[in-house]
Amino acid sequence: MPAKAEKAVFSAIIRSEKEMSDNQLTELIERYLNDEMSHDERIQFELLRKNDAAVDSRVTEHKQFIGLLKQYGERLELQKRLDAIHNEIDVHALKEEVTIHPAWIVQLWRHHHSKISVAASIAIFAILSTLFFTGKLNSHDSRFVELRDEVNRIKVSNDQLKKTVNTSLIVAKPSKPKPSNPGNFRGTGFALSSNGYIVTNYHVIKDADSVYVQNAMGESFHSKVIYTEPQNDIAILEINDSTFKNLGAVPYNFKKSSSDLGENVFTFGYPGGEVVFGQGTLASANGYQGDTTEYQVSVPVNPGNSGGPLLDDKGNVIGIINGKQTQVAGAAFAVKSSYLLKAIQNIPSDSLSKALILNSKNTLAGLSRPQQLKKLKNYVFMVKVYNQ
Amino acid sequence: MNKELKASAPTDSEIVLGILNNSEIVLKKLYTTYFPMVLQLIINNNGNEDDAKDIYQEAIIVLYNKVKSGQFELSSKLKTYIYSVCRRLWLKRLSQLNRYGGDIRDFEEYLPVDDEIDNHSERDIQFDKMENALQLLGEPCKTIMEDFYIHNRSMQDICERFGYTNADNAKTQKYKCLQRLKKLFFQQ
Repeated sequence: MPAKAEKAVFSAIIRSEKEMSDNQLTELIERYLNDEMSHDERIQFELLRKNDAAVDSRVTEHKQFIGLLKQYGERLELQKRLDAIHNEIDVHALKEEVTIHPAWIVQLWRHHHSKISVAASIAIFAILSTLFFTGKLNSHDSRFVELRDEVNRIKVSNDQLKKTVNTSLIVAKPSKPKPSNPGNFRGTGFALSSNGYIVTNYHVIKDADSVYVQNAMGESFHSKVIYTEPQNDIAILEINDSTFKNLGAVPYNFKKSSSDLGENVFTFGYPGGEVVFGQGTLASANGYQGDTTEYQVSVPVNPGNSGGPLLDDKGNVIGIINGKQTQVAGAAFAVKSSYLLKAIQNIPSDSLSKALILNSKNTLAGLSRPQQLKKLKNYVFMVKVYNQ
Repeated sequence: MNKELKASAPTDSEIVLGILNNSEIVLKKLYTTYFPMVLQLIINNNGNEDDAKDIYQEAIIVLYNKVKSGQFELSSKLKTYIYSVCRRLWLKRLSQLNRYGGDIRDFEEYLPVDDEIDNHSERDIQFDKMENALQLLGEPCKTIMEDFYIHNRSMQDICERFGYTNADNAKTQKYKCLQRLKKLFFQQ
């Protein structure tokens, strides 16, 4: 009996479902979900749901969809409440409070970095161009000056140009530069041997097109650079002029060992084009900024002294004058003679057209200073450098 | 660098209870207590105050839903939880905006909260769809849907509001609207 009754109900629903419009089904589902059905209706509907998968899925789908719609509504509502609360907060003041303010310099940079960059570029450019045009960039240290003498270059080269033009136009005969021509740079050099080898500083003759040496009588001889040691600031020249005659035995010799502090020393050179004597003492066994290849001496020196000999009382050559310190009075520097001797040994033998034999006999010892100088005079030369 | 965030903070369990009881006062307290912390996080990590508001409200909603659904267990401090959610949300936002530089300046401890964020964003997508569908539905359907299903107004009310002569007409209209809304929603 119960089975029959169930069947009857079931068929009734099937029928009714077929006739039922979509809207009616939705209404049924809603009433079912909202618990608005009577007891019988509910049992019927649950049966239908059990037996018809389509109806069942419609119920689930509807439940979910309406649930989502309700949640959406709740979300909007919550959002509104939160917004209302938010509007009561003074966000601006809070923001000031919680923001981590970077240091003022960082802020300055952030706000003005473009302007600062431009200003810095201009400043750097200005400094560099100033340094470039004043020639400061070429010197490694402004407190140290090399003592070659730069002669008014533009004027000289103009004169030279005029002269060469004139001479080549009027007298069609090549002429040597006159002995009076001072050259572009001047320094001092002194003889190593009687046959015309002369030592001077590398910085005097560097970039030279041609080099002349002039003796105390004012005679100029063409010379050739045969060897240089830029690291020790040493250059060896050879006089290769046909008018050059043997100098005669060199009166001084070269000291191999180091000299002692406090020793009386003197130099002899051509600062400013005139032969000048300078005297002082050996002040330090080390040169500029502790350079062990040099001595520091308290001898007054000037541009043009570079390459001059530094001698002790007995007439031994102990060094070659090469520079002075600008901010310290009376601090000059000289390359130690031991480095000169090393440099002489380092000359490749094929560079020497004649034998370079150093004098070992010192004929200056025991003489008074004026007599020493008189002898010395013939062996110290003004080095004149010509370049474009 | 971390400034003391002052305010008399309600206790964590007070807040949970308050949310469950729909207490407006507690919600407000919760909101005002932790907003400065989140503002600090966002402002100092490439964000502005509007970003902070968005992120913070999202985090509050995550917390709110979690409490309401009964899944919230006070295993850590509420402060840490909110901070962690905001941090995660903000990192996500930053990478979406391609503004994420690879590191974030932290002010608090934090926990991994990836699961909750994922759940939350799935639900958000559904809500966005629903919003779009409602917009496309147009009037008067939109209002009927909102009144009936969201605001739980009776059919009688709706009838009067829209001037339907009888309840059957209104009902038919309502079902038609629902049909269309579903269609629009699932089409997306």
